[in-house]
Order: sequence, then structure tokens, then C-alpha cells
Amino acid sequence: MATTSATAPGTRDGSPEEGSRRDFLFLATGAGLAVGAGAVVWPLISSMAPDAETIAAGAPIEVDLMPIQDGQIVNVFWRGKLIFVRKLTAKEVTDMQAVPLSAMIDPAAFPTRVKNGHDQWLVVYGNCTHLGCVPIGHQGNFEGWACPCHGSQFDAVGRVRHGPAPINLPIPPYAFETDTKIRIGEGGKEAA
Amino acid sequence: MSGTASTYVPKSRVAKWFEARLPIAGLVHSSFIAYPVPRNLNYFWTFGAILAAFLGIQIITGVWLAMHYEPSATGAFNSVEKIMRDVNYGWLLRYAHANGASMFFIAVYVHMFRALYYGSYKAPREVLYILGVVIYLLMMATAFLGYTLPWGQMSFWGATVITNILAAIPVVGDTIQTLLWGGYSVGNPTVNRFFSLHYLLPWMIAGVVVLHVWALHVTGQNNPAGIPIKSGKDAVPFTPYATVKDVFATCVFMILFSWFLFYQPNYLGHADNYIAANPAVTPAHIVPEWYFLPFYAILRAVPSKLGGVILMFSAVIILAFAPWLDWSRIRSCNYRPIYRQFFWVFIGATLLLGWLGSQPPEGGYVLAAQICTAYYFAHFLIVMPLCGLFETPKALPASILESVTGPGKQVSGSGIPAGAAAAPTTKG
Repeated sequence: MATTSATAPGTRDGSPEEGSRRDFLFLATGAGLAVGAGAVVWPLISSMAPDAETIAAGAPIEVDLMPIQDGQIVNVFWRGKLIFVRKLTAKEVTDMQAVPLSAMIDPAAFPTRVKNGHDQWLVVYGNCTHLGCVPIGHQGNFEGWACPCHGSQFDAVGRVRHGPAPINLPIPPYAFETDTKIRIGEGGKEAA
Repeated sequence: MSGTASTYVPKSRVAKWFEARLPIAGLVHSSFIAYPVPRNLNYFWTFGAILAAFLGIQIITGVWLAMHYEPSATGAFNSVEKIMRDVNYGWLLRYAHANGASMFFIAVYVHMFRALYYGSYKAPREVLYILGVVIYLLMMATAFLGYTLPWGQMSFWGATVITNILAAIPVVGDTIQTLLWGGYSVGNPTVNRFFSLHYLLPWMIAGVVVLHVWALHVTGQNNPAGIPIKSGKDAVPFTPYATVKDVFATCVFMILFSWFLFYQPNYLGHADNYIAANPAVTPAHIVPEWYFLPFYAILRAVPSKLGGVILMFSAVIILAFAPWLDWSRIRSCNYRPIYRQFFWVFIGATLLLGWLGSQPPEGGYVLAAQICTAYYFAHFLIVMPLCGLFETPKALPASILESVTGPGKQVSGSGIPAGAAAAPTTKG
């Protein structure tokens, strides 16, 4: 076989010819085993990822804003995840605009929490950024949410104001189709 | 297992024929009949047998429950109610399985207390002990997965909180979380795969238990005096002495189990879990099952998410390092006047953490949990090594026999032949 020249000469038992052939078999078998093990493990792990049906069910959804009253919080689900759609009252808008960045754990100015020209509408994921519980609306000291599990508090635009939650409630990708209808799942940059 | 198979002599021709081909009767004989047991063992040493019994109970009731259970987000809750209402003796199977898990943890905590108090983790039993920590970790994973299966409110939110804990792991956390969920949140694929894994892990526990018992029979059992078997007079044969004592202790423990099972079947659970899972509402007071409470308190004692997760896992992992953190050569706390007092403080701090874990995370509770957490780790990292250096231990008895009869007294007759008694420490 021409392969003997491709490997280093063997040093075992004095026979270079014999040794290099053995080394080649050893390395080739080891490489085959490693590739084979990877080829077996990869599909096993990959099969645990979200399947095609789950991904397809994550298509964008439309939410009609017409029936939502001032101060009301509406729960919707996209990709199985809870999303709060909240219509802020005029007072909440002014209050939230007035909060200094220094008072926040994860500083974010008011305009980054809402869409331009739609100051009244807040759309955020509804799971606490600590360990995923659902914060209860209109609770706590910041006109927003308080989490029953570990005591985190969020203000009216979903900014964390009291730990242990480390970051603000993330904003899902969404866009206004008309002034009274939003489309969740595309059209906006998904906040981390 | 211990290499003392030579004491077994098959009598019938069939037995001889079989033993020459598969010496399993000799293995059982040397492991569970002729095996030398220190004669001073107290009832703390029966919990291994109790644990084996509960592994069996959990596997049998679990296999039967799986015949009726439907692992899906839409069907799980209703199928559990069907088991309770429609399946013959379904209530018994389910309550036995749910309360059996709690009994399993009571027994394992007593077993772990025994190992820590009597220094069973010290040389030459380090591997035996670490295998025990592995079993404990597998038990925790199994119990968590099992608790999610009824798909009630506590199931769903327990699954959410725990998978969010894993997401705190840097770099790979989010990927692990998505692979566990099988979607973008806890949902149907999650309960499906959790059921599969819940069925798998007990068999892994059973496999590690075999290694655990094997390692035990190589090194021999520790005992309340913490000194090795030196002569046949220090030991008695496993059967009948240990067998009968183990069975008796298991029967007594079954009274406790039966009391919960037949009189308080829901006492250790949470009423919220009889409400079907609702991803839009979290129960007002969410706590894990009682056996996780000390670790839950440690998680919440830390104001940082990642920090809390790291400390919580460290609290379990640090157990595996005890053989190298304890620098004393004396095993049993009975002969360690200083360490013994610290040890009880450690037990107190751990129990207090358990209680704090069940309380809301506010004010004084958080501060108390932080103090207890600090002591929990200080015990392993500071007290254990330093006591080994500075403590003057009490005089050890000359032999296990002397620890039973008092010094100077002679006992005629030997528990078992000296050769067999010495076997576990010399062979294997």
C-alpha cells in the first residue's frame, strides 16, 4: 500500500515497515472512531432542538389594539412565549419619561422602550428576566410589575427597578401595521 | 465482589455445574451472607438497605404509572387525574410514587448525615463516597424531572425556573435551555422529553448503586468507632446479623411511609399542582419540594443571578471534595470534641437554610440565609481543614470489640473466622 510512506516510520520492535503500518492502522482506527462517535452524537443532540413544526408555529401574529383601554395589560402568546401589550396612561408616559437613568439597574431611556410616535404602547416579553416567572401587573412601587417569585420589580415600560432580575423585560420584534394594529414576530430588532 | 468467593462451596451437582460457569451464587454469598460486618454498627447503617428498598419501590410504581400516563402538554394533567379516579389502585400507585420520592430523600439525608458524622468519606472510602454524591445528583435530577410530569402549576413553573437557572450558565446556557425546551419556551416537547429522561435516570442510579455497593465491599464498612476490623472478633457475618437488622429497620421506616401514604398523601406536595399548567399566571408563592429547600435558599441568598446559580451548584459539588478538605485522620466525630461542635452548627445551618428556603425572599430572611450560606461553605473550606490541624482527638478504642464491650474485657468466641473478617481490607 502506498499509505506506508504517508506516516512516520515506526520505532517499535525494530521493523520500520511493520511499525509504520501498525501506526497507520492505529491512527486511522482512532480517527474513524472519533468521526463515527461525532456522527452518532450530532443527530442525537440536534434532534432535541426545536423541530420544524415548532419553528413553523412561530410565524408572526397580529394584535388588534382597538379594544385595549388606557392602563390595560393584555396577554398574547408568540412562539409559546407570553407577551404583555400595555396601553400606558398619559400620566404613566410622563412619569416614565421623567425617570433619571441613574435610578435604573439596566439603564434605558424611554424612547428605546416604545416605537417612535407610539408613546402609549408598550410590547414586552412577560417573563421575569430572573428565573422566568410572570410578574403581576399594576403591582410594586414603580407603576409596573412585581414578580411573585423572587421579588423583582419593573416599571411601567418594563425596566427593572428592583433586583434580583438583572435586565429589563426584553422587547420582542414587532412593528405597527396601522395605528391600531401591530404585528409581532418581525419588523423590528429583537432586544437581547 | 469482595474477592472472598472462596468461602462459598456449592453442594449439589447442579450448583457446582452452574458455579463453574457463572459464579453468581458465590458472589451473592460473599457479598450478602459471609460478608464481615463490624459488630458495633448502629441503626444509621441500615439506611443503605432502606434506600435500596425505595429505589425498588420508585421503579416499580413508576413503571406501572407510565402505563397510564400521557406525556403531552394537553394530556398529562388529565391523565394524572384519570390515574387518580379511574385506574384501579391508581391513587395508590401515584401516592406511593410521590411520597416514595420524599421518603427516598429523607433516607438519603440520614445516610449522608451518617457518612459526614462518622467520617465515612475518608481514605480508603473516597471513591465509594463520591459515587454516593453522584447518586445524590442523579436523584435530584430525577426528582425534578418527575415533579414536572403532572403538568400542574408547580410543575410548569418549577420547570420554567430550573431551566432558567441553567440559562445563566455563560456561553452555552441558552443553547442548553433551548435543547431542554425543544422550543422557545417550556411546552409540549419539554414534557415529552422530561418523561423520557425521568424514565432513564433511575436506571443510571441503579447502575451507580451497583458500583457503590461494589466499592463498599472492597473497602468494608466504616463503623461508629471509625477504626478498621482487626480480628474476627470485631465482626459478625452479614447474614443473619445485618440482613435481619436491615429488614427490621426497613419495616419501621415503612410505618413512616405508610403514615404519609395513607393519612397525609398531599402533605408534602403543593395544592397549586392540582391546577393545570397555565403559562400566563405564576402561583403567588412558588417553592420547590422540601428536599431542595436548602439549595433554593442559597440560590436566593445571592443578589446576582449567575452568582446564586454558581453557589447553589457549588453547595452540592463541594460534598465530593470532603475527603480532601478534612485533614483529620480520625474518622468518627465521637472522638473529635472540637469538630463535633462545628459539625452540629453545620447541621443546624443546613436545616435553617431549609426553613428559610420556604419563606418569602424578603428582609431578615435573606440576611439569615446569607449568614447560613456563609457558614455552610466555611464549614467545608475553613473548619474542616483547620480542625484537622489543631484539634486533639480523644483516645480511640483499641478495637471495635473493645468499643462495644469496654476496655480490658474478653469475649469468648468469634463472630466469624479471622481470615474472612480480614478479607475486605486486604483483598479486593
